[in-house]
Amino acid sequence: MHTYQPHEVRIIERIEESPGLITLRLQFTDEDMRLQYSFEAGQFNMLYLFGVGEIAISIVSDPKDDRILDHTIRSVGRVSNALSSLREGDTLGIRGPYGRGWPMKEAEQKDVVIMTGGLGCAPVVSAINYISNRRERYGHLNIVQGVKHSSDMIWKDRYDQWQTMPMTNVFLSADRGDALWPGHVGRVTELVDKLEFDIERVIVMLCGPEPMIKVAVSSMLDAGVAPGDIWISMERNMQCAAGHCGHCQFGESYVCKDGPVFCYEKVSHLCCIKGF
Amino acid sequence: MNTDIAFLPRERLQDLLTSLQGEGFRCVGPVEKDGAIVFSDISSINELPVGVTDRQSPGHYRLNHTEDKRYFAWANGPQALKPMLFRSRELLWTCEKDETGKLVFKVAEPEIEPKAVIGVRSCDLAALHLQDKHFLQSDYKDPYYLARRQKLFLVAVNCTHPASTCFCASTGDGPRASYGFDLALTELSDGFIVEAHSDPGMEQIQKLALEDADTDQIIEAEELLHNAKAVQTREIPGGNLYEQLFSRLEHPQWDDVASRCLACGNCTAVCPTCFCHNQHDVPDLNGDSSGHYREWDSCFSVEHSYIHGLQVRDDIRSRYRQWLTHKLGSWHLQYGRSGCVGCGRCISWCPVGIDITKEVVAVCEDGIL
Repeated sequence: MHTYQPHEVRIIERIEESPGLITLRLQFTDEDMRLQYSFEAGQFNMLYLFGVGEIAISIVSDPKDDRILDHTIRSVGRVSNALSSLREGDTLGIRGPYGRGWPMKEAEQKDVVIMTGGLGCAPVVSAINYISNRRERYGHLNIVQGVKHSSDMIWKDRYDQWQTMPMTNVFLSADRGDALWPGHVGRVTELVDKLEFDIERVIVMLCGPEPMIKVAVSSMLDAGVAPGDIWISMERNMQCAAGHCGHCQFGESYVCKDGPVFCYEKVSHLCCIKGF
Repeated sequence: MNTDIAFLPRERLQDLLTSLQGEGFRCVGPVEKDGAIVFSDISSINELPVGVTDRQSPGHYRLNHTEDKRYFAWANGPQALKPMLFRSRELLWTCEKDETGKLVFKVAEPEIEPKAVIGVRSCDLAALHLQDKHFLQSDYKDPYYLARRQKLFLVAVNCTHPASTCFCASTGDGPRASYGFDLALTELSDGFIVEAHSDPGMEQIQKLALEDADTDQIIEAEELLHNAKAVQTREIPGGNLYEQLFSRLEHPQWDDVASRCLACGNCTAVCPTCFCHNQHDVPDLNGDSSGHYREWDSCFSVEHSYIHGLQVRDDIRSRYRQWLTHKLGSWHLQYGRSGCVGCGRCISWCPVGIDITKEVVAVCEDGIL
């Protein structure tokens, strides 16, 4: 396949998740592309809007259902704002999948901690769905989601549903909660003591703003988790997604092809250093 | 003749050009334009910069005209081979809406005219090798770069006139071309020593029925090249500087250089190994078609590190540090060697004369030289 050429997809469904946050469910219009295409949890596509440009968006649906590809998009920039105004039946282009996703294989037969902050939850939804569809392969699943204010909470019903899965604990945390907030008030990392995992057999997946990642990593390390068992999802400017354009460089790594999910051990020397 | 070292008399240089043209190559060579040596299409050797020398120093580049009959008595101009393969701006694909509204993507076909480049410096060959690694030998092949790369015939001219800004001897990339070319010339007072480094190169020597170079000519060339190495005053610390640089990310020198650097991006534009580029759409006014382009970008630009709502590198200090730590540090981990080939262009073309060889030493000063 050509490195840079997108292919046409149609919006099968548009879901308004919360103000400024939508999920587009996309399907290739070409049957051959539908058959050819496959991806892994945590990978991303470049979405192209005609005449506007491309952005990197992670795929949140399950790799098993590779005929409909869900992308959750927050309106924060020129392209994402324009994508948000699309309707069902509209077409756009995608190319991908790119990057290395979550370590779903390494996590098999282990406990899993998934800790996210803010919209960090979107890229890990694929991992959570992946585990829930193959529940028997994984040990305890701890899902920890933190938001600044309780009103920022999205996908509350999904968390409620995940909570009903066997051997699964969901912890919600808000830096500031309102009177009806059912979860923890404070930082996500204060919940570490409540998590159920075997320190020797655990994979931690972190996604969110870098200050949150920094605190989460150190709380996990303090809890005794090995640096090689912690995985983080990084975000950088991406234009080509093929390791050529140079924008996503993170020290010696290209976030687009060596990441976006990295083993913390591999990037700890640059993690959260301003300017990288 | 069947030796590897031949002699091409000065008056027969045109024969080489004619022969390459006869084989369908579009010939490109150095010409003087707007006060600089640049690569341009040439049809005759009369277009070459005969007698032109260059004087380079930090923030300074000037040409002089002399009575010398040499064509290659200069060090280098602002361009290397980079713009020929990795174009400063190019169309990647177009997207058109057909009558049913369907999006039809058409990949742009790069021009694939065979090109012979005369006057390539060894630093530029080293840079070409690095760009090959980046665009062709990584996880994805760049089809546009590849199409042009496959159709190149390279005539290196060993550098006998390094500028004061040159330090290829210290990076190991010059002044003599040692790989990646078809023919290498060394310019003597009355002609050229010619060495072939590929079968097509050897065929050219045979086609021109060149005589063997005699011992005196070979010795003259050796002396010129020895001298070209010996006169270089700048040098850069050798080896992998990754540890030294990345352990000094808070060194005060980064603030010092940031106070001088204009973040103009000249250094990255003239650097023969810098590869950063952006991609953007240019929609047609009729609304039915849009072109998707890529264009050289620079890690010194404000937008380079932008992610929604923030810039990862929001000051010049962090941008200069990104450039230098990448060029001399993380390149080693990415491509097995430094990203600097010692051409000195970033020094000459920096409007404020920032000198990479001095900055790296200042940052790493506690004990590497």
